[in-house]
Amino acid sequence: MAYSDKVIEHYNNPRNVGSMDKSSNDVGTGVVGAPECGDVMKLQIQVEGDTIVDAKFKTFGCGSAIASSSLATEWIKGKSLDDAMAINNIQIVQELSLPPVKIHCSVLAEDAIKAAINDFRSKQGAAPSQA
Amino acid sequence: MDRGRERIAHLIGASAKEIIYTSGSTEAINLAMKGVAQMYDSKGKHIVTSQAEHKAVLDTAKRLEKDGFEVTYLAPDSTGRHSAEQVAEALREDTILVCIMWANNEIGTINPIREIGALCKERKVLFFTDGTQAVGKVPVDVEADHVDLLCLSGHKIYGPKGVGALYVRRRNPRVRLVAQMDGGGHERGMRSGTLNVPAIVGLGKACEVCEHDMDSDREHALALRTRFEKTVFDALDHVHLNGHPEHRLPACSNLSFAYVEGESMIMGISDLAVSSGSACTSASLEPSHVLQAMGVGDELAHSSIRFGFGRFTTEEEVDFAAVQVIAAVKRLRELSPLYEMVLEGVDLSKIQWDAH
Repeated sequence: MAYSDKVIEHYNNPRNVGSMDKSSNDVGTGVVGAPECGDVMKLQIQVEGDTIVDAKFKTFGCGSAIASSSLATEWIKGKSLDDAMAINNIQIVQELSLPPVKIHCSVLAEDAIKAAINDFRSKQGAAPSQA
Repeated sequence: MDRGRERIAHLIGASAKEIIYTSGSTEAINLAMKGVAQMYDSKGKHIVTSQAEHKAVLDTAKRLEKDGFEVTYLAPDSTGRHSAEQVAEALREDTILVCIMWANNEIGTINPIREIGALCKERKVLFFTDGTQAVGKVPVDVEADHVDLLCLSGHKIYGPKGVGALYVRRRNPRVRLVAQMDGGGHERGMRSGTLNVPAIVGLGKACEVCEHDMDSDREHALALRTRFEKTVFDALDHVHLNGHPEHRLPACSNLSFAYVEGESMIMGISDLAVSSGSACTSASLEPSHVLQAMGVGDELAHSSIRFGFGRFTTEEEVDFAAVQVIAAVKRLRELSPLYEMVLEGVDLSKIQWDAH
């Protein structure tokens, strides 16, 4: 499997690795994927007002999955919830030059962002928007 | 060419006349299985094999099923092994062939070939074993082990690629095959086609060296493997050995590093040439069929890496490999949400995963 330079760079220097307190009211947590499929992503956001002020991730998966989630945390930091919600997997595919067999990694990253935002919104008592 | 035949024969306890040259193990497997099936189909149409066989055996078996044969695929135990009793239970009146590999290519587990051979002899069923991984590495004696057909491959024993051989028993019983390659009647009519002489010379020489060096090769590999496994197991928790702890090829170590995915692991140890039991790298995204047949969960199957210790591997290389592996696993577990959950005491099997 030939990885793009960007994937290798994120794999070697993943951004925003870590965990937040998932019980905290200003934190949203998304866990997507399944161990038997070889990919699990956990993505967390910390929100102030309507803005994502911090993001953390942990990923069990191939290099592309790690890079996709690392990139996702980079992109959503500083964005409003709606702008983060608008990120789609094709942007991740393009940025990381993912081959067709690795597109599911980008889908997972998009799902993780949406799951984290929905988790945060449901904590605020708002109805989660459709993923 | 005849000297090559003698060297191969000597290594496996056969006579030179019983050696058929082929292009490799895949062709030898096809010739053995299809050749026997077609020759003896009037006696019966049932074949017994294993779920853990190489694809060349499994796909040939599937082809034979399409041609009207019935195949029983035995599940190995959790170490990847089959017992003679298990094979005995699968035999029927119309069984004509048993195909059980000598040693597994992914996990190195060695089957009780002598017992299975004795059983087949007693029940008058032909016994074919894929010896690709075993010949030259462990003692093979087709007489004492009661093997009727056995294949081997040049490049697995430090010989050239593109050449292999099939042993076909000539006496007690005399095994007959329907040729799969028609033509000038080379190789006792079983495999027509002009032979690749340079490759055959190389194969013969490789067999000679293997026979001469077998004990030192084995001790060398075992010492390196023991050193490697001890270092890794001492440094890391949640490491699983895939395969049999004792009945295993000395050169093979297949380990699952729980909570770390195999492909990311390979990326992390890119200085090492290893392979992942997870075929993710081959784009099929399916974990190894061998590990699945052994009952290894998909999650651990996705985390498996196979390490090999060869004649030319040095202690320094093994130490270097162990350091790389340990560092990569530690780093990737820092990244792993699963490892974090396990440390928190979460039972992963109880979680409702959102499978894609």
